[in-house]
Amino acid sequence: MMRIELVKRPQRSALFSVLSPFIAFALTMIAGAVMFALLGVNPLDAFNIYFIQPVSEVWQLHELAIKAAPLILIAVGLSVCYKANIWNIGAEGQFIFGAIFGSIIPVLFPQFEGPLVIPLMLLLGMVGGAFYASIPAFLKTRFSTNEILTSLMLVYVAQLFLDWLVRGPWRDPQGHGFPQTIQFSDSAVLPELMPDAGRANWGFVFALVAAVAIWLMMSRMLKGFEVRVLGSSPRAGRFAGFGLNRMVFFTFLLSGALAGLAGISEVSGAIGQLQPVISPGYGFTAIIVAFLGRLNPLGIVAAGLVLALTYLGGEAVQSALGISDKVARVFQGMLLFFVLGCDTLIHYRIRLIGMALMKPNAAKLDAAPKLEEAR
Amino acid sequence: MDITVNILLTIATAATPLLIAAIGELVVERSGVLNLGVEGMMIMGAVGGFGAGYLTGSPWIGLLAAIIVGALFSLLFAVMTLSLATNQVATGLSLTLLGLGLSGMIGTSFVGQPGVRLPNLDIPGISSIPVVGKLIFGQDPVFYISIALTAAVMWFLFRTRTGLTLRSIGDSHTSAHALGIKVIRYRYLAVIFGGACAGLAGGHLSLVYTPQWVENMSAGRGWIALALVVFASWRPWRVLAGAYIFGAVWIGQLHAQAFGIPVPSQFLSSLPYLATIVVLVLISRNKRLTMMNTPASLGQPFVPDR
Repeated sequence: MMRIELVKRPQRSALFSVLSPFIAFALTMIAGAVMFALLGVNPLDAFNIYFIQPVSEVWQLHELAIKAAPLILIAVGLSVCYKANIWNIGAEGQFIFGAIFGSIIPVLFPQFEGPLVIPLMLLLGMVGGAFYASIPAFLKTRFSTNEILTSLMLVYVAQLFLDWLVRGPWRDPQGHGFPQTIQFSDSAVLPELMPDAGRANWGFVFALVAAVAIWLMMSRMLKGFEVRVLGSSPRAGRFAGFGLNRMVFFTFLLSGALAGLAGISEVSGAIGQLQPVISPGYGFTAIIVAFLGRLNPLGIVAAGLVLALTYLGGEAVQSALGISDKVARVFQGMLLFFVLGCDTLIHYRIRLIGMALMKPNAAKLDAAPKLEEAR
Repeated sequence: MDITVNILLTIATAATPLLIAAIGELVVERSGVLNLGVEGMMIMGAVGGFGAGYLTGSPWIGLLAAIIVGALFSLLFAVMTLSLATNQVATGLSLTLLGLGLSGMIGTSFVGQPGVRLPNLDIPGISSIPVVGKLIFGQDPVFYISIALTAAVMWFLFRTRTGLTLRSIGDSHTSAHALGIKVIRYRYLAVIFGGACAGLAGGHLSLVYTPQWVENMSAGRGWIALALVVFASWRPWRVLAGAYIFGAVWIGQLHAQAFGIPVPSQFLSSLPYLATIVVLVLISRNKRLTMMNTPASLGQPFVPDR
C-alpha cells in the first residue's frame, strides 16, 4: 500500500511544463508494450508496425496529414474554449453539421460549378458548425444549462440526423440503395496539394493557418488575454469589464466554426460524398490533442500529428497482426490519462509514502503526516 | 391489460440501468467530485459482465464481474483526480474515451456470441398472479437491487452521520478538512461506489436488457445518467422519478418505431437525447433551486495542505 502526497511548488516548474508531454508519451509507450505483450505480440515488432512503418514513405506522410488536419483544426478551437474554462465537448456534432451544411451545394445544386464552389462550401461548413455550437452556448447563457451535457447530447442528435439525410432525402437515386449522397463533382472536391506525391489536400494548410492565427490571437491580442483572464479568474475578468456570456458565445462559435470547417474539408477532400459515418471520432480525439498540446496552438500541431499516427498505426496492426483497430482508441485514452497525470508535476512535487515506513506505528497510522508537519 | 403490463415491464427494464448509474453518480457528486466517466465505466461493466458470464456460463458471476470491473475502472479516476489533483472534467472525459476503446478491443471476440441472461424472479404461485404478480414479483433481480439501492442511498445520505459527513465534504472540503475529516478517503470510497454502480448498470445492459455484446451498447446512457443527477437536483427519489420518465421516453420511441408511425426512425431515436436537453433547460432555468442544491465544491480539486 502506498500513499501519494502532493507538495505545492513555489512557482510552476518550467522544466516539467516542457517535459510533461514527453514523459506522458514515454509512459504510454511502456503501458502499450505491456498491452501488446498481453495480447501475445512482441512489443518491438508491434511498435515497428504501429509507429514506424505507417510513416516510412512519402505517400504515407500524406495520409498522416489527412488524418491530422481535422484533429488540429478542431483541437485549436477547443483549446480556446478550455482556456476560458468553457467545456465544449460536442465538436463531433459540430464537425458533422459543418459537413452537412457544406454539402448543400454539391448535393442539391450539382450543376453549379466553377472556382466559387469550394470557398462557398467552406464558408457554409463554418456556418453550420458555428450554428450547431450556438445551441449549447445559447442554452448556457440564457438558462445557465450545463454546456458539457447539452453539447454532448447534440452529438448523438447530429449523428442520427446525418444518418437520416443519407438514407432519406439526400440519398443518391443511382446509388443502388447504398446510404450515401452523390459523388461530389470535380469543382466541389478540395484540391490535393501535391497530386504526384500523395493524397494530402488543402485541409492540412487550413489547419496550420488556423493554428498560427489562434496562436497570434491568444498571445498577442486583447481577445486572447480576455480568454485567459476569464478562464483563470472569472471574478477578475468581471472587474475588468470582460463579459462572461459574450465569451461563452465567442468560444463556442469559434470552435464550432473550426470544427465545421474540419467537417466539410474531410467530406470534400478525403471522402468525396456524405456517408452515414464520416468521422472515426475526430471530435473526441481532438480533446486529447488539445490537452496533449498543452492548449497551445503550436503544441497542438505536433500533438495532432502524434494522434493521427495512432489512427494509422491502429489500421496497420489490424491488417498485419489481426488486432482490433480499437487499439488506437486505447492508445489515445492512455495518452490523455498520462498527460493529465504528468501535468500535476508542473504545479506539485509528488512524494510517495510507503506504508512500510509507517509500520512501527501501525496502531497510529495517522501519526506519520503529523511528524512531517513538525519537520 | 397484458400489453399495459408488458409496456410497464419494459419501461422498468429500460429505467433500471439509468437509475443505478445515476444513484452511484449522485453519491459521487454529493461528495464534491464530478466524474464524467460514467459512460466509460458503464461500457466496461457491460463488456466485463458479458465476458465473465459468457466464459463461466453463469450470469451471476457476470453481474459480480461487472460490478468489480466498474469499481476498478473508477479507481483509475480516483487516483488521478484525488491523489494527483488533476482536472476532473478532463479526467472524466478521458475515462469515457478509454473505456469506449478498451471495451471495443476486449469485446472483439464476443461480438455475435450468445450471451447468458439473468433469470427473472419467479416465486411459485405469487409471480403468476395477474398484473401485480408480474410487476412486483416477476422482474429481473437487478430491478430489485436498483430500488433497494435508491432507498439505501436515501437513508445513508440523509439519516446517517457518515452520510451527513459526506454531504458536508461536498459542500466545503476545506471546512471538512479543518474539522479533521479525511476528505480524500471519503471521496475515494464515494468514487469507487459510483464506479461499482456504473459497472452494475452496464452489467444489466449486457446480462438482462439485451443479453449480448454490441460495441458502444451503452449508447449515451451514462451521459443521460449524469444529466439525471442534475435534473434530480441531487435527490435520490427524484433520480428514481427521472429514470422512469426517461425509461418511458426510451420505450415510447421504440414502440412508435415498431408501430410504423410516419416519422423517420432516426428522429424518434434522437428523442431521449433531445428530452435530456429539454429537461436540463427546464431545471436549470430555476437558478435558485440549482444554486441551493448543487454541492458547493463540486468539481474543485482538493489538495490537503499540511
